[in-house]
Formats: sequence, C-alpha cells, structure tokens
Amino acid sequence: MATAFDEPTAPLPVTPPRKRREGSWRHALFVLPYLIVFAAMLAVPLGMGLWLSLVKGDLFGIDRFVGLANFARLLRDPVFLQTVANTFYFVLLTVPALTLFGLLLALALNHQKRWAAVLRTIFFCSTVLSVTVVTLVWRLVFLPDAGLVGVIARALGRTPVAALNDETLAMPAIAVTTIWWCIGLPMVLFLAALQQVPRELYEAAALDNATRWRMLTRITLPAIRRTFLLVVIIEVILQFQLFGQAQLMTLGGPNNATRSIVLFIYEAGWRQWQLGYAAAAAQILFAMILVAAMAQYLVASRREESR
Amino acid sequence: MIGRPNPLAVALAVLAALLMLVPLLWVVLLSLKSNAALLADSNSAFHAPYTLENYAGIFGNGQVFRWIANSLIVSLGMTAGVLILSSLAGYGFARLEFPYRRLLFVIVLLGLAVPEQAVIIARHRLFSAAELHNSYTALILPGLSAPFGVFLMTQYFRGIPRDIDEAALLDNASRLRIFWRVLLPLTFPAQATLGIFTFLSAWNDYWWPLISATNKDMFTLTVGIASTQMNFAQTEGLGFLMAQAVFAGLPILVVYLFFQKYIVRAVAGAAGQ
Repeated sequence: MATAFDEPTAPLPVTPPRKRREGSWRHALFVLPYLIVFAAMLAVPLGMGLWLSLVKGDLFGIDRFVGLANFARLLRDPVFLQTVANTFYFVLLTVPALTLFGLLLALALNHQKRWAAVLRTIFFCSTVLSVTVVTLVWRLVFLPDAGLVGVIARALGRTPVAALNDETLAMPAIAVTTIWWCIGLPMVLFLAALQQVPRELYEAAALDNATRWRMLTRITLPAIRRTFLLVVIIEVILQFQLFGQAQLMTLGGPNNATRSIVLFIYEAGWRQWQLGYAAAAAQILFAMILVAAMAQYLVASRREESR
Repeated sequence: MIGRPNPLAVALAVLAALLMLVPLLWVVLLSLKSNAALLADSNSAFHAPYTLENYAGIFGNGQVFRWIANSLIVSLGMTAGVLILSSLAGYGFARLEFPYRRLLFVIVLLGLAVPEQAVIIARHRLFSAAELHNSYTALILPGLSAPFGVFLMTQYFRGIPRDIDEAALLDNASRLRIFWRVLLPLTFPAQATLGIFTFLSAWNDYWWPLISATNKDMFTLTVGIASTQMNFAQTEGLGFLMAQAVFAGLPILVVYLFFQKYIVRAVAGAAGQ
C-alpha cells in the first residue's frame, strides 16, 4: 500500500493508480446497496415496462403477447392523439411564458438590495408548495361565483365565466396556475447565470458610455444564452409531464380539452386497468422526453467545454 | 448587472409580486369565513365577521394529523436513505477501483433520463406482487433509486483533494474509516443540498403515493388533500377546504422562509445537472 505514496501527489489523476487494485471486488461493496435499489426500482421496471407495452394485460395479469398492437391502437385512438395535441398546446402556453417572465424577473431582481431579496423570496415561494395545495388555491380563484376571478369580473361589471368548465378557457387557466407555481425555477436559474457575467465587461462598457439597452443586448444576453437554452429544455421536460393540475382541476375535461398524456396513462392504467395499453403510451412519452433530455445533455456538455 | 435599478422595472416587479401573493391571501381570507357566510354572499370575504371555526374543524379531525405524520415519516425516511446510499456509492465511484466501475457509473447516469412515467406501471405491479402497497416501504423505496444523488455525491467526492485520503491511508486507516471519519464530514454542503431537495420532492410527491397508498390511513398529506378536494362540488365545505390548503401549505412555506438559501440552491442545482 505504501507504494502509492511514492508517486508525485501534485497533479492528481481522475482514476486511482492501477497499483491499488488489490481487494477491488470488495471496493464494490460501497456501490452495491445503491445498485441493488437501482436495479430493482429502476432498471427492472424499465425493462418490464417495455415488455408490458407489448402485451395485453389487465388487473388479473398478462393475457397474451400482442407485439406492436398497443402502439398501433394508440395511433388510431382519437383520445390519445388529442392528449398529445393537448400536451403540446400546454407546453406552448407555459414554456415561453415561464422563460420570458423568469428572465425579466431575474434581470429586474439581480441587485444586492433588501427589496430585491424580498421580491425573490415571493416569486420562489410557490415553488415549494405541492400540486394539491396549488390546485386547491387556484380552483378557488377560478370559481365563477365565490372565486376571486368572479369577484373581479363582477366589480368590472362583467358576467363571470367558469373558466375550468369552458372548453377553450380550461387549458389556459391550468397554464396560468402552472406559471404561477413554476416561475421560481427559471428565475433562479437566470439569476445564477447573471451572476457569472464578469463585472469588468459592464465597467468597460460604462467607460464607453454604452446605454443600458446596449449593455443588455451586447453583453448580458449573449453571456447567458446557454442558460436560456437550458431553461427552455428543462421546462419543456417538466411541463411535458403535466398531470396533477389537469387531474385535480378539471379531470381532463371538459370534453377531453385538458387531458394530458400522463393523465391518459394514469387513467388507462388505474381506471380502466389496461396495463399494456398504458405502458405503450408511457413508452411514447418516454421517447419524447428522451429526445429533450439528449438536447439538454448536449447543451450542458457544450457549456462545460467553453469554460 | 451593475448600476442603479431601473425604476420602471422595479415598479413592474412589485406589481407582479402582488399578483403572485393575491391568490394566497385570498385563500387565507376565505379560510377565515364561515361556510354559511360564504354561501350567502360571495363578496363576504372582504368584511367581518371572521371566524376560526374551519381551523377548529381541522383540529377536531385527526385524519389530517395522521397524513402529516405519514408525510414526515416518508420524507425523512427517503431523505435518510438517499443520503446514505448516495454517499456510499459516490465515494465508491469517485475514489475506488473495482471491475466495471466506469460501465456501472454510465448506466447509473443513463438512469437520469428515465422519467417516472416509464417505470411507474411496472413498479406498481412489483409492489402488488410483493403485497407491499399501503406500507411505508412502498412509499419510500422507489424514491431511493433516483440517480441524481449518486451523480451529485460522485462529483463532490471527486472535488475533494486526494491528499486527504492518502494521508489517512498512511495511518493505515481502513477504506470505511476514511470514508466515514475523514471524507464524509467534508461533504456537508452537498449533503445539505441533496437532503433538502430529496425532502421537498418526497413531501410534494403526488403520483406514486396516489396509486400506492389506497388506504386512507396511509395517505400522505398531498394525497389526503387531493382526496378531500374531490368533493369540491359541494360548496358547503369551501371554508374548510381553504383552511386545509392553508394548513397544508403553511409549514412548508415557513420552512422555506428559514432555509431559503439552501432550498433555492438545492432546487436550482438539481435542475442544472
């Protein structure tokens, strides 16, 4: 063992020197507990999920192997296709707004002042709430008679609308709820990026009498563009998984207008007990998320290189 | 950015912050109204009389406390489990040499890309087969497989200078001892980040407890609040529902106010990986 110390210690290699390989199987004991849980709770279920998507199964067990029939049926199922469209619509309603508001808030609140800290606290506080509390709050806001929206509408002399019962308004209402709930994360991600921008750049620009707008468009925005991309991808992945808000606020209605892919999986799996069908829908969602996750990885690793 | 803040931007931010708070204040206001008053006049929230009867109703109903206790047990159990497993595995992957180490680490990292939806159906079947639903084991165990903790701890151990363990090896300390006595205390910042993130995700988790805990006594707080929300249609219980929302949301908001810095760092750190 002492031989390890004959080597220079200054530039440390990422992997330990080969000399320490004795007892190497024993070293694996450190990672074994996690690997067992990983295998049982993640790797095996993932494989099982793939298998399930190829069978017809119900509450009582697997019926028979059907190949790709579940997928073929999904692609012909108008309800499923609508959930895909609904999910994309929801992402379109939320992600640009979250990114833009997050960026604007970060720009406005990037000051080391007490008021800025208080406002940051307020904008992040909804993030720590659970989906059930958030939906409870917002269902109340959207109630046509006793709700806040109703009170405001009447004060303005309008007839209040039950937004959550309206086919065209229900999804935007869920989107507003979601933006309120999730705005904290993009804001803090942008704030972290803004703090990385070298101060000297602004000082040099100030010497040149650059305007505020010029500094924003020439220094700040180019410096944080990777974070911008990362925020968009993270939010796409998050909002793609819309579930709790749609289930708790509208049950996917009215007339399937707010049924998301995940809600479809949940109902196929646990309401109708069509396990194979639900598993197949889950694989399609998985494939979509995987594409986004790969984009995230590419952006993140490019960022590492540029440092 | 340097320079004085732009007054217009500040004004808009303050306005947005008020909009942020209005729904919460509205709920608090309604939770202080009797149901009869709410039904009689929908604008009654803005004037007296206010009452605490809805909160008294919660304290008279032991179920909510049972759910809070369940949430605490599950969240603390999952946090402890994740910290232990991730620290051990992180040390192993970062510092020790064993067969297939790189391959195993890559496989674990690939797990980061697997969303809950892709595994939840099979997990549910596994726990059904083991007859483990409606137990703390079922509520805690799946959360322990999340690869994020292992990834974070491995990165953190790699960042600790190797001289520290080499010095301890000179003293003939065992690997376990080096891990436990020398390196682990140095990882406190990462433990705090990972612990807070895990606790918060476990506390707010919804889908898995919804399908695994079907017995009312095993509900977590999120599922319990969801179950009472289902009979939202009868407006008689509106004030009571609001009191429940406040009651369920307040503890986590208070915790947030105290540990804000760590929570923000934990959430942002987890997303940035």
